[in-house]
Amino acid sequence: MADTVVYVYAVTEAAIAETLDAAAIVGIGGAPVRRVVSGGLAAVVSPVDATRFSEEALRRSLEDLQWLEDIARAHHAVVAAVARSGPVAPVRLATVYLDEANVRALLDDRAAGFAAALDRIRGRTEWGVKAFAARAEGGAEPPAADAARPGTSYLMRRRAERDRAARGHQDAVDAAEAVHREISTVAVASRRYPPQDPRLSGHREEMVLNAAYLVDQVGADALRRLVEDDRAAQSLRMELTGPWAPYSFATLDEP
Amino acid sequence: MTAPRDREVALVDLLDRLLAGGVMITGDITISLAEVDLVHVSLRALISSVQTLVES
Repeated sequence: MADTVVYVYAVTEAAIAETLDAAAIVGIGGAPVRRVVSGGLAAVVSPVDATRFSEEALRRSLEDLQWLEDIARAHHAVVAAVARSGPVAPVRLATVYLDEANVRALLDDRAAGFAAALDRIRGRTEWGVKAFAARAEGGAEPPAADAARPGTSYLMRRRAERDRAARGHQDAVDAAEAVHREISTVAVASRRYPPQDPRLSGHREEMVLNAAYLVDQVGADALRRLVEDDRAAQSLRMELTGPWAPYSFATLDEP
Repeated sequence: MTAPRDREVALVDLLDRLLAGGVMITGDITISLAEVDLVHVSLRALISSVQTLVES
């Protein structure tokens, strides 16, 4: 067997990790996950091929979409399996240690930070909300072509179209900000991501909001109602994803 | 662009979280790419892949 290194998926409480059927949770490359326990914490890890997870190999692999997708989905599957049992702090993609002793040292060094992070997300879930600028429809008709002055009326028509598009964009941005403020009042925390590239999101409309919210159960119901509320439907098309493990909110305070 | 498979999250939503979210700890093996570069590299890979899909 090739040399292996230790890929870290997530950190949870030792008591939660104890309840996991680790052999049934499959990580990268089909390897079952293992628990690395220290004190009250446990890291969920699996062995990965050292040659594929060297710095040099990682640098190359990140250019390979299929590799990236495989790793991301395997990582997500493990995190989701742990999240079903209790609070989990997902770790960023491609966090690798040379051996399990070093993972234990990490748990010891950052024990207070992990404990605080797990407390913050206990009983809470993350939801993603995206808003797209709805296609402008109707509104003022552009001026009709003037046969006598084709150049002028063409320019006027172009300007009217541009103005309309700009108004539509500003309306959508304003509506998205209002929705974000409203959802934030029912959320414990929020985090904004940059809008996704239309080529990646698969949506032609412009994305004007890409946010994640951390909510408790009551907040989740309220959030869902706000997203489904059609008050903003004139200028926005909303998309809800989740529940997610708290990827966007499991952060460690500086040691 | 294909519709997401049943119950499968969109890769782009997942990458938002896995590349910019999650607990950031310095492992023994670190890619010295700044996180911004990491996102950039992967997005570039994604974009070129999506373009390939469209063209084929």
